[in-house]
Amino acid sequence: MKGGKAVKKILMSLAVVAILFFMFVSPALAANAPPSKGEVLPVINLPIPKNPVEKGYLGLSGDGLFKIPQIKAKVVIVEVFSMYCPYCQKDAPGINELYRAIENDPDIKTKIKIIGIGAGNSPYEVGVYKKTYDVPFPLFGDKDFTIHKVLGEVRTPYFIVIKINDNGTHQIVHSQLGGFQGAEPFLEIVLKSSGLK
Amino acid sequence: MDKKRLANLILIIGVLSVFIFISMAYGLSDAFKENIYKVGTLKPIDSKLKVKVGQRAPDFTLPAVSGENVSLNQYRGKKNVVLSFVPAAWTPVCSDQWPGYNIVKDIFEQNDAILFGITVDNIPTLFAWTNQMGKLWFPVLSDFWPHGAMAKKYGVLRSKGVTERVLFVIDKKGIIRYIDVHDINKRPPLEDLVNALEKLRK
Repeated sequence: MKGGKAVKKILMSLAVVAILFFMFVSPALAANAPPSKGEVLPVINLPIPKNPVEKGYLGLSGDGLFKIPQIKAKVVIVEVFSMYCPYCQKDAPGINELYRAIENDPDIKTKIKIIGIGAGNSPYEVGVYKKTYDVPFPLFGDKDFTIHKVLGEVRTPYFIVIKINDNGTHQIVHSQLGGFQGAEPFLEIVLKSSGLK
Repeated sequence: MDKKRLANLILIIGVLSVFIFISMAYGLSDAFKENIYKVGTLKPIDSKLKVKVGQRAPDFTLPAVSGENVSLNQYRGKKNVVLSFVPAAWTPVCSDQWPGYNIVKDIFEQNDAILFGITVDNIPTLFAWTNQMGKLWFPVLSDFWPHGAMAKKYGVLRSKGVTERVLFVIDKKGIIRYIDVHDINKRPPLEDLVNALEKLRK
């Protein structure tokens, strides 16, 4: 009987620790729901690219970290991808085409920017993906899945379109799991959902 | 009495919370849709290696998904060999490991290496699963029967019949030059394998 009580006491202590952990620590670690239309983007810190071309593309300066709404644009398209994801690999040329369609249109060139976040990918792995598919827009690693967790552990590829308002606020105007429709139809969705068209 | 009830309630909530809130970050590709079986977090390593770096790799002959039999001996003096064991088809991390190797054929070629993907699943399962990855450039071998015999020989068969997530690099002389018995829950970073391959040239 005494042994049973002791075991129960230990289990009780463990249970209390578990509850406290999940009350106070877990919210910071646990996955949120995937970002969806109308919401604001969770806080994501990315390193300011060292490459001057990429830095210029995003309209950033200096070193350190930046948040996605600080990108100098009206609309930012975020692709959550992985070097290890077959659909991301398949879609890569289409996303490049989307980039070129935007860059070749003087009306939207300065207004829409694209970035990629490599879920669980080290900088080396992101570099392999960038080189393999000749990706022209900035890609960021997320080796420890930190950003991926904040983004609700979405499957890849996942697309998030963010509208940045003149007053600095922002909201998600479109998000979708996979199903990349091709450069033109996707651009149409971006333009309509963000009100650029 | 109330105190006891409260204690029991705390106990139940505490235990349940562990199951409710544990979440896994796999970054899984949408290519597999809802067909991936969630295995939860497993004991990182659950076997004892029977081979070591510097030792001759035990020979094996295994059937490939393509229908042929592949022996390690075939490559002696011709190619460096990378063996990539993954625990099981249709599971989270495994499904997102070989598709990455599939886009770096050039890195293997630069290092005069061939890659073999191996699991203890049977050929039809491997056929269906690897088809979701696109066309793989490297052979996928089945160590299904006698179950996990080759994995057992290398000491990477876990107690529940699947293998470790492990990479072996074997040089042209048939000597094991690199072993990474990785935490089964995590994907080995590509750069570690590439570094090991590049060291073969030194």
